[in-house]
Amino acid sequence: MKTEFHLNGSAHSADMAPETLLADYLRDTLGLTGTHIGCDTSQCGACNVLVDGESAKACTLLVATLDGAQVTTIEGLGAEAHLHPMQVAFRTAHALQCGFCTPGMVIAGVAIAQRHGGTPSEGVIRHELEGNLCRCTGYQNIVEAIRAGAREMYADAGTTE
Amino acid sequence: MQPFTLIRPSSLSEASSAFQGDAAYLAGGHTLIPAMKSRLRTVVTLVDLSGIAALSDIAVDGDRLVVGAMARHARVAASPVVREAIAGLASLAGGIGDPQVRNRGTLGGSIANNDPAADYPAALLALDAVVDTTHGSHAAEDYFQGMFATSLADAEIVTAVRFRIPQASVYAKHPHPASRYALAGVYVARFAEGHRVAVTGATTGVVRWAQAEAALNAGASLEGLSLVSDELASDIHAGAEFRGHLAGVMLRKAAGGLA
Repeated sequence: MKTEFHLNGSAHSADMAPETLLADYLRDTLGLTGTHIGCDTSQCGACNVLVDGESAKACTLLVATLDGAQVTTIEGLGAEAHLHPMQVAFRTAHALQCGFCTPGMVIAGVAIAQRHGGTPSEGVIRHELEGNLCRCTGYQNIVEAIRAGAREMYADAGTTE
Repeated sequence: MQPFTLIRPSSLSEASSAFQGDAAYLAGGHTLIPAMKSRLRTVVTLVDLSGIAALSDIAVDGDRLVVGAMARHARVAASPVVREAIAGLASLAGGIGDPQVRNRGTLGGSIANNDPAADYPAALLALDAVVDTTHGSHAAEDYFQGMFATSLADAEIVTAVRFRIPQASVYAKHPHPASRYALAGVYVARFAEGHRVAVTGATTGVVRWAQAEAALNAGASLEGLSLVSDELASDIHAGAEFRGHLAGVMLRKAAGGLA
């Protein structure tokens, strides 16, 4: 089925079988392997992407239902030379060990900051991370990174342009 | 996933006529798509309801709050109209699943599936709701018919739910720590003529709790009250007695929060 949407800021046209899931399409067809598949049962959040600015599990979305949507993957958040503030915060706070859950965590962090502003409380961050599983870190540094990243996202908005 | 035909209608009548054979309607897809991926569910024709206009409107109509079937949980949770009319319902929606589930999952999808541990069925029953469909309307009391069963006919589509606005209401649940589904969830609503209490998660299907309603109406103590029912669920997550006890704990928590 032909589907037109925006992917990481550019117009994109997909022509896939109706049963194609966004996570598989990103990884297998487009080679955008930053979106990870951890559980494939809609629980772990490693495949989180932004759809129209809201976090969503790419393993539970059919590409053919995305007509007109704005999809942002971890690759679209920032480039190696110019990381997104949330990516910088994850690096600075050492909010990862094996890194498998990290793309989904960063996307979730961006969505948390967008929904709750630059100073989300620890309680809010932990509640909003219920859909992201990390088997290494114990979450402590992830929560710290999201606090710092959210602060930076709004500091940036205040100082540039 | 096994191949299927996807149809994306723009009206309810197109959707109904597309529903032929082994068909299913797709709302938010956060139960259906995982079920299809694991082959618990085989669908030949999938009819996506997301392109039908006006199915996600939220408004107050007289003594009822009307929420469109395709309204997503996150939207119900954040809606100023819902918060003003039935704060307990907004809070319930904000506690379903996780943020990604709330961003996609819908009211209509949840109640059409009628998972015995889903949150919304308790709200519908306690808030004396009416389920509007393409075929007419169903009182919540008749609509829920036990585990994963409803009074919906084949091809019938939920279009909206009309909740009766209470004086006050609170939902309290003890979520399973991994899935966030309710091990026991209790919705308490106070109306001019008395209280209505509904329990989800603890039983094999959503039920009203007459004993709790009577105690609340009499202003009696709720101490020590546990749900006693032949329909208490028991599985690897929790036994029947523990679920009945948890229902009592959630009842006291919800009742304590009634303004």
